[in-house]
Amino acid sequence: MPSISYYQGRSALQNVQEALQAAKKYDKYHALLHLTEKRALERAAQVDNGAISGRLAGVPFVVKDNYLALDGATTAASRMLEDFETPLQATVIERLEQEGAICIGKTNLDSFAHGSSTENSAFGLTKNAIDPTKVAGGSSGGSAVAVALGIVPFALGTDTGGSIRQPASFNGVVGVKPTYGMSSRFGVVAMASSTDVMGCFALNGKDAELVTEIMAGNDPKDMTSLPDYFKPLEDVSSIGSLKIGMIGDFMTEDTDSGVRERVTEYVDSLKMAGHSVSTVKLPMAKYSLAMYYIIVPAEIASNLARYDGVRYGSRAKDTTTLDELYGLSRDRGFVAESKRRILIGNYVLSSGYFDAYYQKAQQARQLLIDEFDALFAEFDVLLSPVVPTTAFGIGENTDDPVKMYLSDAMTVGVSLAGLPALSVPAGNANGMPVGVQLIGQRKSDAVLFALAKSMEATDD
Amino acid sequence: MHTISRDDIIKLATLSSLKLTDEEIDSLQVDVGNILSYVEQLNELDTKDVTPAYQVTGLSNVFRKDVINSGEVSREQLLALAPDSQDLQIKVPKVL
Repeated sequence: MPSISYYQGRSALQNVQEALQAAKKYDKYHALLHLTEKRALERAAQVDNGAISGRLAGVPFVVKDNYLALDGATTAASRMLEDFETPLQATVIERLEQEGAICIGKTNLDSFAHGSSTENSAFGLTKNAIDPTKVAGGSSGGSAVAVALGIVPFALGTDTGGSIRQPASFNGVVGVKPTYGMSSRFGVVAMASSTDVMGCFALNGKDAELVTEIMAGNDPKDMTSLPDYFKPLEDVSSIGSLKIGMIGDFMTEDTDSGVRERVTEYVDSLKMAGHSVSTVKLPMAKYSLAMYYIIVPAEIASNLARYDGVRYGSRAKDTTTLDELYGLSRDRGFVAESKRRILIGNYVLSSGYFDAYYQKAQQARQLLIDEFDALFAEFDVLLSPVVPTTAFGIGENTDDPVKMYLSDAMTVGVSLAGLPALSVPAGNANGMPVGVQLIGQRKSDAVLFALAKSMEATDD
Repeated sequence: MHTISRDDIIKLATLSSLKLTDEEIDSLQVDVGNILSYVEQLNELDTKDVTPAYQVTGLSNVFRKDVINSGEVSREQLLALAPDSQDLQIKVPKVL
C-alpha cells in the first residue's frame, strides 16, 4: 500500500488521476459519497506548474463529508444537507491545501457522525475494506476504508467518542484522536462540541504524524482551540524507557479472546523494546459509556437545533405554518439515530431531570478525569484494546442501539477526558484487524507518535 | 427498568421540533426507554460535592476585538443557501 512518500516528487496530475481511478474501481465499498474531481485536477495542474508547493505537494487525500469543502455538497450523510454547498472550507483543510495536498473526494459517515458502523448514513452503508460482509466501523467509516484500500495515503475524520479510532481498528490502519483543542473545529459540522476533535487516518505513524502536525494549531475562529503546542519529537529514541499502564478493566472476558491475545503480544513487544508495562485499574471506566450517552446527546440536541429548514439545508415542501416547516423538515432531514439522540438530549436537559442526568454525568466525568490524572502522575502512556471485538457483521447490531453503543466502551472515556490517543494496528484475530489504543496525558501527543513509530520499526 | 410513556415521547418531540410519525413514536418509546435504563447505572456513584466537568481545556475568557468579521463570506452567498428568499430576505410561511 503506497504511503505518502510514494506520491512525493511525482506528477500531481498522475497522483490525482490514479487516486480517482482507484476510487472508481472500489466503488462497491461505498467509501466515498462524491468525488471533487474538478477542483482536484485544477489544483494538480497548479502543483505541477509550481504555483503551489509544500510538504504534501501533489499528495491526494479524502475527507469525511462533515468537513466543509469546496466543489460539491457537504452532506454530513444526511437528507438535511444533501444539497448544501459551502462557500468556505474548514480551517484544517485550508492548512493541508497550503502544503499542497489535494482533496479528491468526500467520504461516507453515519449521518451527522451519529453511529459506530457507518450503517446510519442516509445514502447507504460503507463496507469493511478487509471483509465486505462486515461493517466499516464508524462514524468515520468511509475515510478508514479509503485509506485501507489504498485509494489515498491519508484521510480526515472526526472523533467524538471513538469515530476515528474504532474504524481504524476495524480496517487495520492508524487512527489519530488528538488532544481536545489541538486542531481547529472551525468549518466542521458540530456534533458534541466538548469532545469533537479533528484527526486523520494513515498507513503508518510517520505519515499520521506529518498530517497531524500540519492540521494542528490555534485558530482564532475556534475559541476552544488551544495555543500552539504540538511539535513532533525529532528523535524517537528520546522517549527512552516509558512506564506504560495497561488498563485491566478493558482486558476482561467481556473482550474477545482474539483481541486480548493481540494486545498481549503488543505488550510483549513493548517490553522487548525496553518499556515497562504493568496492569492498572480504572474503576470509573465502566461508567464512561453511561456518562457519554447523557452528555453527548445533550450537546447534539443543542447543536442540531440550528437545522430548521429556514436559512440553509432542506426545507419540507407545502407547509403552511412555521412549526410545520420546522417539524417536517427536521423529521425528513434526520435519520432515526439522530432523532433518538435529540430526544435523549432534550430529556436530560429538561427542567426536573437536569440535575439527575446531565449534572450527574458531568460530575461523574470529573471523577473519571481525576482517575486518569492520577494514573498519568505515575505512567507515561496507558494502553488498551480500541474495541472489545473485531468488525461485526453488517446488520448485526442495528436493531439494538445500546448494543451498538457498547462498541465504543473503550474509547468514549478518553474523549470525555480530552486525552490524545492513537489506534495502531496490532495484527489480526480470525482474519480481521485488531487495534491497540495508546493513550496519553493531555498535550502529550508527540510521545504517542514517537512510541508508535518506534514500535513499527521493531515490527520490520 | 426505566419507563417512558408515549405522551412523554410526543412532548419531547414537540420540544425538539420534530414531527414524528406514529411508527417512529412507537419505536422511539422503546429505544429511549432502554437508553435511559442503561445510563441510570450512574446512580451507583457518590457525586456529592463533586464539581461538574463541563470542559477539559482549562481555557477561560477567550477574548477578541469587538470588530465585525464577515468571515470572507458575502451576504449574497449566504442568502443563496436559503431554500427561499426575496428582496435580500429569507422567506418563510406566514408567522402571524
